[in-house]
Amino acid sequence: MDLLLPSIGLLFWTLLAFGLVYFILRKFAWKIIIQSLIEREQGIAESLESAKKLKAEMALMKSENESLMAQAREERSQMLKEAKETKDKVISEAKEQAKLEASKIIADANAAIQTEKLAAITDVKNQIGKMVIEISEKVLRKQLDNKPEQEKYIQQMAGELQHFGN
Amino acid sequence: MCIKWLKLVQSAIFSLFLFGFSTGVMANEEGANQKLDPAKIIMEHIQDSHEFHFFTIKHADGSEFHATIPLPVILYSPQKGFSFFSSSAFHHGHAEHNGYVLEEGKIHAVEPGVTVYDLSITKNVVQMMLALMILVTLMISIANSYKKGMGVTTAPTGWQNAMEPVITFVRDEVAKPNLAGKYHKYLPYLLTVFFFILVNNIFGLLPGSANVTGNIAFTVVLGVISFFVIIFSTNRHFWGHIFWYPGVPMVVRLLIMLPVELLGVFTKPFALIVRLFANMVAGHIIILSFITLIFIFGSMSSIAGWGFSPLSVAFAVFIYLIEILVAFIQAFIFTNLTAVFIGQAFEGGHDDTHH
Repeated sequence: MDLLLPSIGLLFWTLLAFGLVYFILRKFAWKIIIQSLIEREQGIAESLESAKKLKAEMALMKSENESLMAQAREERSQMLKEAKETKDKVISEAKEQAKLEASKIIADANAAIQTEKLAAITDVKNQIGKMVIEISEKVLRKQLDNKPEQEKYIQQMAGELQHFGN
Repeated sequence: MCIKWLKLVQSAIFSLFLFGFSTGVMANEEGANQKLDPAKIIMEHIQDSHEFHFFTIKHADGSEFHATIPLPVILYSPQKGFSFFSSSAFHHGHAEHNGYVLEEGKIHAVEPGVTVYDLSITKNVVQMMLALMILVTLMISIANSYKKGMGVTTAPTGWQNAMEPVITFVRDEVAKPNLAGKYHKYLPYLLTVFFFILVNNIFGLLPGSANVTGNIAFTVVLGVISFFVIIFSTNRHFWGHIFWYPGVPMVVRLLIMLPVELLGVFTKPFALIVRLFANMVAGHIIILSFITLIFIFGSMSSIAGWGFSPLSVAFAVFIYLIEILVAFIQAFIFTNLTAVFIGQAFEGGHDDTHH
């Protein structure tokens, strides 16, 4: 029966001990431990969440990159195509220009040649005129010496002149 | 596997220690009375004492040597005031001191009519304080590690790993399911109760130690604290349920439900008190009984005693291992039921719809 009767001493000391332990642990242990555990759990949850988010972001970035790459490739081929076109255009334009220039130069040359020719012809004509006058002068002088012969000579001269004139 | 074996061997050694202590006492007992009284021996082992008694050697000339650690005795009597002295002054119950005498582990005044309040630092008190000092030191050192960021931003280390699962178990399996949103308020109390019981259970299992949790005074204190915590957690609905049980006829309500429900308020903590006490004391009694069996057989014939001892030790080791489990289970049950009762005390109005 002694076993079932609580002794006052042990009751008192147990109550005191429990009270002390409760207040000490609550203030110096449980508060910190519980808070730390919550913090850590939140930290882990946040890390997992951010990792998941990062993964999704990475996937998004990857697909974005791919589309960007495709776009860039497209642009490059476009640019190449345009460049080729431009090149062809420039070349053909240059050719055209060159042709034009060439024909202009030729035309100019022709014109110059014509002018020179005309000038030359005029000169020749002038020379011939001068020569005719000189010859006429000589003939006139000779006429005064010998009439028939003079005529013959004019004839000859005229023929020569005609020949020359052509 | 290796660790398991090591533990088994450890337990066996502990048990042998116990066996050793018991042997000394019982051999002495046998020698003194020439008659074995197992009930008395076991009761002496599971009850509180004013000294740590290890063994007694009787010399041939009849003088005795007691291997004990005397403990301080603190007494208060309205007539004589406080007195404070070492328990060795009683000479193991053979002498009186200051008009007080120690009889069968109880201190009485020699003069009749003098009431004595015994507030001594007994074996149970000393052991409880040692255990609690270790608990407090451990928990505060863990808390300090947490404060430094260990186990918060890094992986937990050392004792944190051992205590953390237990703390989270109490939080997630005991407090959260029973107390729902209010668990934060009660968690420090529940953790303290759990570790208070657990550490004393474990220390009570050490051979030669006191049976703290198997003492009714210890469990009464915890039960009464639980009772007050439960009472202070009650709401209007709880009391309405007791005094005006819904959904039954008036006569039944007043004559049956009121006393039953009112009694229920007290039986809950009472059940907590008795459950912990009975479980712990029963475990100790069983282990001691198996050891005592050796001496019962030994008193018939020494051959029977030696022959039975391996079987007896094997059983004692088996029960010892179970007791280690029980140390945890009882701490859990006490805490869990306290949480359940607190939860019932502030449970909201939805009970009306059930009845």
